[in-house]
Parts: sequence; C-alpha cells; structure tokens
Amino acid sequence: METVIPVENGDTLAALRGFLRLLLEREVVEALLLPVETSAGAITPALVTDPALLDAANPLAPVMGVNAAPLVGAVSVREPRGRIGALLRPCELRALVELVKLQQASMDDLVTIGMDCLGTYDVTDYMAMRADGGVDLAAFLAGAQDGLPQPREGYAFRDACSMCENICPDGADIALELFGADLATGLPLTVRDELAERLGMSPAQAANGRRAAVVRKAVELRTAERDARLTQMQRRLAQEGIEGVLAACIRCHNCMVACPICYCKTCLFRSPVFEHEPAQYMRWASRKGACRLPPDTMLFHLTRLNHMVLSCVGCGMCTSACPAELPVARIFRAVGQQVQAVFEYVPGRSVEEPLPLVTFKEDEWSSVGEE
Amino acid sequence: MTEFNFEPKIVAFLCNWCTYTGADLAGTSRIQYPPNVRIVRLMCSGSVDPTYVLKPLLDGADGVLIGGCHPGDCHYQSGNYKARRRIIALKEILKAVGFDEERVWLRWISASEGARFAETVTQMTEELRKKGPNPMRREWAV
Repeated sequence: METVIPVENGDTLAALRGFLRLLLEREVVEALLLPVETSAGAITPALVTDPALLDAANPLAPVMGVNAAPLVGAVSVREPRGRIGALLRPCELRALVELVKLQQASMDDLVTIGMDCLGTYDVTDYMAMRADGGVDLAAFLAGAQDGLPQPREGYAFRDACSMCENICPDGADIALELFGADLATGLPLTVRDELAERLGMSPAQAANGRRAAVVRKAVELRTAERDARLTQMQRRLAQEGIEGVLAACIRCHNCMVACPICYCKTCLFRSPVFEHEPAQYMRWASRKGACRLPPDTMLFHLTRLNHMVLSCVGCGMCTSACPAELPVARIFRAVGQQVQAVFEYVPGRSVEEPLPLVTFKEDEWSSVGEE
Repeated sequence: MTEFNFEPKIVAFLCNWCTYTGADLAGTSRIQYPPNVRIVRLMCSGSVDPTYVLKPLLDGADGVLIGGCHPGDCHYQSGNYKARRRIIALKEILKAVGFDEERVWLRWISASEGARFAETVTQMTEELRKKGPNPMRREWAV
C-alpha cells in the first residue's frame, strides 16, 4: 500500500520516529534495530524495545559507520529470537540477503524497513561536520526532491556511495521513499498490505508523484559515475596488477572485519595455518632474496576476492575501514562486475537465487577441462 | 637459474580417484613426460580451495594444474561440477586483477587416461616455457 506519513513543522525525523513508535506500540514488532544517536552525537545501531527511547532514533543521519546486516544476523540467526524490525539502507538489505543465503541470518520473524539512500559520509567526516557548524538534515533531505543531494562543501560522500546506483530498497516490507518527495510536508512510503492494515494506515498518494523520474535520473548519473571509476580501476589493475594497487596494505585485516559478508568464525588468515616456524621465514627470504612481513599479503586479498567477490554488494565498508586509504571496494566492485556477469548473478537480488559456488548444472561449460 | 635454461615448475592438484590414478598409469605404462610437475594428491577436485592454487602461484610456481574426473564420473557425484565453477571464478578473478590466468589449467583425466595425463603435462610445460617465468618468481613484496 502506498501512503504518506504527514510531517509537521517541517520535522521529517520526528514524523519518522512517530511511525517507528507505532510499529512498537501496535506490536507489529517487539524491537527495532536502527541507527540511534548517542548523547555524544555519534550514530550507532541499537536494538530498541522502549518506544520512548525512539526519540534518539536517527536513521536519516547521512553517515554509515557499519553495515548493519551482520547485526541483523546476530539477532535473527536462530530461535528463540524476537520479532524484530530492521531499518536498513539498500546496501545493508542486499548484504542481508547474501547472509541469509550463507545461513548467517534469517528473514523469519523479521520486518525489513528499507529506505532510499541519499548518500552517506564516513564517520570521521560526519563527526567533523557536527563540530563544524552541525549537520543540516532539513537542507540535506530537501536535496532529494529534485535528484541526488550534494555533499556539503568541503566534504565528500563515501567513495562507494558516490558511485552507487542501487539507491532504492527493493524487496523491503516497508520502503521509505525519499526521492522526489517534499519531505518537509510528508514522508511517502510503501507498506506491505497486511502490515498497513495492522498499523491502521490508509492509502494516500505522494503529492507530486515525481519519484520514478527522480530515481531514474539519479540512477543514470550514478551509473555513469560508477562506470567511470570502475573503468579507471580496471585499467589500473591491468597495468599495475593487484600487488601494485594494494602495495601500501599494512595487513591490519580491517577490510575483512568491516565486510558484512565475510563471516567465517575462524578465518584462515587468523588460524595457525599462518603461524610459521622461524626457519620457514628464513627459507622464504633466502629463496627470493627477501620476503615481505607479514607474508602472504596478496594471498590474503586474492583469497578474500575468491571468497567474497560474488556476494559483494558494494557497500564500501572495506574502503572506509582502510587506514592506508586503499580503494578496496573499487577493486571488489571492478572485479565483481566481471565475475558476477559470468555467473549471471546479482548479489542481494533475491534469497531464492542460489549462490553461484554452491550450485551447478551438469550441462554448463562443457568444453572446460576437455581440451 | 638463468632465463636461458628456464624450466617451468608446475604444481598439480590431482583427485585420488581419476587423475592421480591416471598419473600412476602413465608411470606404470612407462610413458615419458617432463619431470616439471609436483603432484599433490587430494581426494577430489572439489576439495581444491582457491587458496591452494593461489599460494604456489604467489610463491613463484609457474603454473598450477587441477586434475579431476570427467563430468558425470565424480566418485562423490558432484565434486568436479563444483570444482569447475570454482576454478572458472578463480580464473576470472586472476584475469581481472592483471594476473595471467592461463597459468592455471583445469583438466578432466580419467584413471585409464595415462597417455592423456602425460600429454597434458608435456603440453603445459611447453606452454609455460613459452610464457617464461612467473613474474611473481622474484617478486618479494607479495
């Protein structure tokens, strides 16, 4: 059902909080997992059961410190669990779909609340902006009426956001539709019919009906930006190799920790497999004249590419987490584009579509191996 | 070792039931093939993790051969079908990151195909000799 949450005094956030409160009060869900603002001004995911504490909810803040999909996994993966509503950005929703297929999360008893993503800042930029005159949410939201909001002067959106063309929450039970709307007067949303009924909502049309056109234009712009950045990365990889592009890696494993899909409880690279005898290092150093320490940096990245790239949803948390400011996410998207195409797989599209490496057909690639 | 008498090193991961037995047959049948291959026996081509292929390549092996049963013949029903997808993905990734993916070969060789095993190793050795040493061979910083 398409409807609109009325906004009073131009306060979109208050209207959204009111709607979220309704979800708890009408017992549609027992808890909400969503971004909450701490008293110090940081935005962090929290699991909220007390409707009064939703006064601190701030899902519209343009910042992304973590991808919340693994957190949804943590609260949903096995019974007994609560009936939870999770408010997620499109890349978080897509990561959640991948985690469900990897059996690290469950959609049972879960209500997904998706929202159009207008772009996000890194935590450092967001906190700096707060100290530097504050974050003008109303002005930021106003930018969505005609297209893509521009980042504040002197600041940039996260690299992944600047080239993200998946800006709508496809498949969510409740979709907050920010693009094309005058958010100072009303917040349009699409709610699954049975949920709308339980919430006592009645259908209403967004006043201007411009969303489709605004989204189309935004996707076009972002797709062009994506293609430009990924083509540049593909060229770099061809010229320098991955060992060149990632030469400054300090092997902190931050990209692995920040990745919402990278889920192994015992990562190979943190296992005793990579604890060696002192003499082994000497053998390596002698063979090549020198060996980089810690060793196997490219093995780490190439293995991660092999494990993750087919499921990479391009959320860019790896780039945000990299202290060496390496373009990890661009590599994953550039490589992912090519590998995903081979398997005609779109990560995050559907829980029904099997992961390419856990399924097979007998009559495919039948010439491979027979040369 | 100078470039002049460069001899490629091949690491081969062979499945216990087909290709390893095929290699054994090549030996017992006294078929000659180049000594450039170092064989690792695994229970199934489906148990070849991409990391097994990447590690020798990054450490300077010139090529990696993965050998399994022909499609339909897997001892575990479907291991080789899964290996096929996994190796296709691996080679696409190598290609995309600027590594010569032609250094990785996947071949189906049955237990009765001793001659095919010998031919495959001969061919691969020749191809790698033409390519020259793996650029990672002297690259300490990987």
